[in-house]
Amino acid sequence: MSTMLHMTDVRKTYATGVVQVEALRGVDLDVAEGDYLAIMGPSGSGKSTLMHIIGCLDVPTSGTYLLDGTDVSQMSEKQLAEVRNRKIGFVFQQFNLLPSLTALRNVELPLVYAGVPVAERRERAMAALDKVGLAERVQHRPGELSGGQQQRVSVARALVTDPALLLADEPTGNLDSHSTAEILELFAELNEAGRTIVIITHELEVAEHAKRRAFIRDGLLNATDAVLGGVH
Amino acid sequence: MEWKETISTAISALNARRMRSLLTMLGILIGIAAVMLTVGLGQGASASITSRINALGSNLIVVTPSQSTSSGGFRGGGGSVSTLTTADATMLADKTVAPDIAAVAPVSSTSGSLQSSSTTWTSTVVGTTPDWLTVRARTVSTGRFFTTDELDSSSNVAVIGSTTATELFSDGSPVGQTISINGSSFTVIGILNTQGTSGTSNEDDTVLVPLTSYAARLSTSSNANSISSIYLSGKDADSLSAAYQQVKTALLASHGVTSDNADFSVSTQASLVETATSITGILTVLLGGIAGISLLVGGIGVMNIMLVSVSERVREIGLRKALGATPGVIRQQFLVEAGILGTLGGLLGIAIGVTGALILTPIIGISVAISIPATLLALVVSLGIGLVAGVYPASRAAKLAPIDALRSE
Repeated sequence: MSTMLHMTDVRKTYATGVVQVEALRGVDLDVAEGDYLAIMGPSGSGKSTLMHIIGCLDVPTSGTYLLDGTDVSQMSEKQLAEVRNRKIGFVFQQFNLLPSLTALRNVELPLVYAGVPVAERRERAMAALDKVGLAERVQHRPGELSGGQQQRVSVARALVTDPALLLADEPTGNLDSHSTAEILELFAELNEAGRTIVIITHELEVAEHAKRRAFIRDGLLNATDAVLGGVH
Repeated sequence: MEWKETISTAISALNARRMRSLLTMLGILIGIAAVMLTVGLGQGASASITSRINALGSNLIVVTPSQSTSSGGFRGGGGSVSTLTTADATMLADKTVAPDIAAVAPVSSTSGSLQSSSTTWTSTVVGTTPDWLTVRARTVSTGRFFTTDELDSSSNVAVIGSTTATELFSDGSPVGQTISINGSSFTVIGILNTQGTSGTSNEDDTVLVPLTSYAARLSTSSNANSISSIYLSGKDADSLSAAYQQVKTALLASHGVTSDNADFSVSTQASLVETATSITGILTVLLGGIAGISLLVGGIGVMNIMLVSVSERVREIGLRKALGATPGVIRQQFLVEAGILGTLGGLLGIAIGVTGALILTPIIGISVAISIPATLLALVVSLGIGLVAGVYPASRAAKLAPIDALRSE
């Protein structure tokens, strides 16, 4: 299996005033195609910074990051936007759906930025919503949907561009246990179908559904399952 | 991202904050409407003044007395004594002196108290010569004008304007009736055609009598030969400037003055029009400028509201960026929103401006000129103001880092 995500000695330093904060202190990470990785860590561990870099929302201060064979560590804002559009599907804790748009229009959004024609866009968005079991709710606005349904809309939005990587940041953080189970089941199905998934979480029950777990603490990643007991 | 998509996204964003969008547009609306009305009013006034001056007669030259600027010696004592006399008029009528002058009408006027058998009325009484009709391009609608014989014999005959006729003789024909002017009796022999108002004076409310009769019975001036102005008409439009020079040269010579201390001034119709339009032009620029400031304030309002909109929608911007919107696309989206605010405000402003012009025209009696090019210009200007006002907020939105934008609550 080919490597989907390859990080070597990735460092990220923030300058807040005169103090330099080293959020990532040399992270090495490999995720193969079809992998399902959970990254765990307490708050302040560098977890969010790592998620931003994996998601191409930010660039590392040093080190290399290859996403689907492309070096994205030195890219411009514009190039990163294109990479995010084509290669990454995001699922956020807060769902981040636009409240004024219907579920269908929300799912269409990444295709709008990709320049996909209207008819094809509609068709693909419908297919993605069908895949997450919301074919009946396409004309509903986020406010008219339950939390679990909203998160499924955002999973559909993440899948609609057929990205190389599905990146989920605390996807169940705002969901009840029933919806959490639904979403995790959906992720498992997607992974079984070959989708590469990276999930960022601090919940062990969520991480247990992944094929692999990695633990981040003080800006360093430890990719063994042995430390999982220390998460809580 | 296609234009259609960008525009519909912008419209739905504006629609989501409807009240605010309308209030923002109001600023542009008021500015555009104010500029259109003030400029339209200025142009209308200018056109109206020009047409009235042109209606005074064709190829008209007017000589009026004026204060000389350099010789101060005898000013003040004479009160309203005019520097022009009937002798000046007689001289200008001489073809050897002014070959390009077709007709000369000396004019002397005063306010007169008129009395018919039934009523009294106050009007302007003018003493002149039969040439007045030619020079002022007027006609007599009923009866006749006075003749040279009547002028020479100082006959007590009068030609009255249509308004004066209506006021003095509410029923029956005025022609042949006797009226008293400041106590002297005159027989009405004709009524002038209807002309309309000119500036502040009503050309239809006047009484014309032979200049000789005026001098003998009505003049209040100490010098009976003094006249208030001389109206002349040139032979044709081409020789008007030559006629103007002849009049000026002849009068300078006979008054023994130079053009630096001339005690009269000569104007042609063209110079009167020029003076009048330059005054209305200055007023239009002034008022239009003030209205333009309100447009500027409207533009600042658009910028202000766009800045508020950007900071309110930080999360949305972050999400759109995460989903693949480039900085350029985000910038374009906010620019289009600002442009739509400006354009819609401009369209509403044009609607209000045109409506205002239609309402104001009959009320103030001056047509408010609204032209198609001016309207299109107003539209382009309002779009431009929207876009310019949107540049800064849009670039702020474009520069937001996606992680900061997503993090914000």
